[in-house]
Amino acid sequence: MLTKRIIPCLDIKDGRTVKGINFVNLRDAGDPVELARQYADQNADELVFLDISATEQKRKTLADLVLKVAAALDIPFTVGGGISAVEDVAILLQNGADKVSINSAAVKNPALINACAQQFGSQCIVVAIDAKQVEGQWKVHLVGGKVPTELDLFEWAKEVAERGAGEILFTSMDHDGTKEGFANSALARLSEAVNIPIIASGGAGKMDHFVDTFTHGKADAALAASIFHFGEISIPELKEQLKQQQLAIRI
Amino acid sequence: MEVAIIDYGAGNIRSLQFALERLGVRGHLTSDPEQIVKADQVIFPGQGAAQSAMNKLKRQGLDQLIPQLKQPVLGICLGMQLLCDYSEEGDVEGLGIIQGKVKRFSDQVKVPQMGWNTITQNQTTLFQNIKPNEFMYLVHSYFVPILPETIAISTYDQPYSVALNKDNFYGVQFHPEKSSKAGQQLLQNFLNLSR
Repeated sequence: MLTKRIIPCLDIKDGRTVKGINFVNLRDAGDPVELARQYADQNADELVFLDISATEQKRKTLADLVLKVAAALDIPFTVGGGISAVEDVAILLQNGADKVSINSAAVKNPALINACAQQFGSQCIVVAIDAKQVEGQWKVHLVGGKVPTELDLFEWAKEVAERGAGEILFTSMDHDGTKEGFANSALARLSEAVNIPIIASGGAGKMDHFVDTFTHGKADAALAASIFHFGEISIPELKEQLKQQQLAIRI
Repeated sequence: MEVAIIDYGAGNIRSLQFALERLGVRGHLTSDPEQIVKADQVIFPGQGAAQSAMNKLKRQGLDQLIPQLKQPVLGICLGMQLLCDYSEEGDVEGLGIIQGKVKRFSDQVKVPQMGWNTITQNQTTLFQNIKPNEFMYLVHSYFVPILPETIAISTYDQPYSVALNKDNFYGVQFHPEKSSKAGQQLLQNFLNLSR
């Protein structure tokens, strides 16, 4: 049976993990490779690296990091953050990333999704969508939720799937950071709207939230950052609890 | 030991090379028939669409070479599917080493299947020291139905083949290079095979 995935997300700046890493047994909390390995050892199903640096060196630094991660990691990982061209995708995949995540660039230039899917296959193209509710309507936002667009979340999700995205990473800006649970009704609607896997992101605070997003939210995977980094939720315990709730989980 | 990875522009090869390196083996990426023929083992990777992959193989004459290889050959993901004689994906003929038709998952399930699924097998050589119900990482939209050559099964919208074996030809639908320790064990088992 296909299992539900647990995905820690690592924020990367200039090749280093930033903020909020509070892991025991880490010699260097800023080393993304070491942290990634720890998560793999804990049975994380996948990892996401989100590059938030804004330097001119960014592309090269990220490509170098991807190579190091690929050398060390034997589980799949996705790389995102500022990817805006087919060439960006090519270098990251060549260096060993399994998937790339495209966000703002897909909104600005939707044909990028088609181009990437045609060249590399849908299986490695994740489209990240940040959205929040504006007067009761879910609207897509850019730049980490700061810039609103007119795009309806569900219409946009359908469009990216039609253009060849293999997966959607949906972050609810209304839930992100609240620790009050994932945006399960929107997630369930997304799963009805499209027939590609959906990763739930934003709002994880306790183990029950993961149960809820896999059942009520119909999510295929759930992503979180700080609760894992700070050790508030341990992945082995979380997976054990999910399994007890009769969810398909890889232990 | 010489391990050849067939080079026909099939996408993410780097992870496979790294996985082999972790086992102390260098995978030589090559499209040179001479090198491929003399290698101890050959890995036939694959990602993306069946039709463009077959076109690339044909352009380099590799579609003729691969079926004639005598050493252990491991097709991975699309590489396994192309061992079959036909794929619905792009209505294309495969290498025809195994008689079987590759089909698309139904819309009853999300396509592509993406993630870790249980692999049921009865510990043939390729699966030695791997638990009978281990998890492996899969990403695919098309599948090989259950055939006489099937040596491992998984279930998505229906039971289907996740590993095949005919003579010296092996195929796995999952990505051993991305399937943690069990995947590593499978690669090691493959490397232990000889002509």
